[in-house]
Amino acid sequence: MIPFWIIAAVLVISALWTVTARKPIYSVVSLLLNFAALATTYLILHAEFLAVMQIIVYSGAILMLFVFVIALLNSGIAPIVLGRDRVPVAPAAAAALATIACVATAIAAVHAPAIVPIATHSPLGAVGRGNVFGSIGDFGQALFLSRLLPFEITALILMVAVVGVVLLAGDLTPYVPTRRRAEQARRALREAILREGK
Amino acid sequence: MLVIFVKSAVLLLVVVTTFAYAMLFERKILGWMQLRPGPNRVGPWGLLQPAADAAKLILKEDLTPKTADPLIYRLAPFISLLTAFAVYAVVPFGANGDGSPWAIGDVNAGILFLMAISSIGVYGISLGGWASGSKFPLLGAVRGTAQMISYELSMSLSFVGVLMLAGTTSLTGIVNAQERLWFLIPQALGFVIYVITAVAETNRTPFDLVEAETELVGGFHTEYSGLRFGSFFIAEYVNMLTVSCIATLLFLGGWNAPFGLTLVPGLAWFVLKVGAFMFFYMWLRATLPRFRYDRLMTFGWKVLLPLATLNLVATAAWVALH
Repeated sequence: MIPFWIIAAVLVISALWTVTARKPIYSVVSLLLNFAALATTYLILHAEFLAVMQIIVYSGAILMLFVFVIALLNSGIAPIVLGRDRVPVAPAAAAALATIACVATAIAAVHAPAIVPIATHSPLGAVGRGNVFGSIGDFGQALFLSRLLPFEITALILMVAVVGVVLLAGDLTPYVPTRRRAEQARRALREAILREGK
Repeated sequence: MLVIFVKSAVLLLVVVTTFAYAMLFERKILGWMQLRPGPNRVGPWGLLQPAADAAKLILKEDLTPKTADPLIYRLAPFISLLTAFAVYAVVPFGANGDGSPWAIGDVNAGILFLMAISSIGVYGISLGGWASGSKFPLLGAVRGTAQMISYELSMSLSFVGVLMLAGTTSLTGIVNAQERLWFLIPQALGFVIYVITAVAETNRTPFDLVEAETELVGGFHTEYSGLRFGSFFIAEYVNMLTVSCIATLLFLGGWNAPFGLTLVPGLAWFVLKVGAFMFFYMWLRATLPRFRYDRLMTFGWKVLLPLATLNLVATAAWVALH
């Protein structure tokens, strides 16, 4: 139980730091900490695969892109510092209310199960058993056998997004091999020098 | 609990000592390959050189540039060092007679844990380079991040072939599955892909564009000095050791003895294989010039990734048919 409370505290504090940090890079670092703490929570729940995926996908790939963008946006100019007044009040209040509701429900589920019953079965089997929730074998079974169609549809949607990005951001000029491009550049330079000479 | 602490302390000591002497041997080997003696002044045969280097790094002044972000600048070496050491929590080095592994923790998702931790290791380089507030580190960091993310894909795909043949993600299970035949043979293409991506992942020559001293001064660690630079340095060598361990566990049969030579204990075979792989690394460094950056990216995305995918599909078909 003690590890859980430590991790929970880290989760909450790092989440708060993420939304209140004034430098974007601090937000990224605190979000990294948050993801690590979340992965640890999954580990405590024996969901090894979920924990590892949390780190590989979110920390390793998505958050890395944030760092990339921040690094490139800031190159050469002073780091962006956000003002104090940018926290949107209404959504923040709604989020706080939702959090309180979640915590209240959890407490009620533990102390008054007659009012809020605890789910004992998920679609994949009993909740809380070591090898059911989020283990690799279970995950694979769900992904490739019982939920294959939704999985394939998601893959297709992602593919569409990738094609869209390539179309929007890609270089659509015809491909010229490096050697020929260098030749063209040299020729243009020579002609420019000749013109200057006249 | 106490057992885990003792194990961790011993392992940490072993890894750090290995780092120190791997560095010395690298300099020796580079020296021999370039027809010069290498370090030979501090202690007999230069054996005390690592201690001298450590003392030098500790005593050096620790500089922070005025343009640096102080918090992130200090955090980055820690991330590198932490992730470099954290992987040893799941790496098994041998097995008892009853099959229980010599490791701190034998988790089922061992290989995935390794990938997860090493994917965080990139942050040390990218944050460190960014936070230095200077152009060479930034260029090095951006290059390094792009390179490591690109090569991580092919590396993961080269793992999957092994995982399918072994039918488990536990590192001990993978080694046990190689008792008869090392995966080096059925996964020869996967092994080649792994070796190349491993060099790129650890930012070693010929893929050391992150540092590239001829164009970027020192790359991402240009501004770092003293022990903070030392942290990056240690992390690089420890990562080198890690990828050698992974190669041994996944492709070279781990602690299984070749040709039935079980007279020699398993740990000795493990150390021998890791050592051979490390030597191969140093050999590469002494032999090959650095890649050009665009070629590195083209090679990673247009050659390695399709090959790794092909290997994956072929292995999957083979496993499905048997």
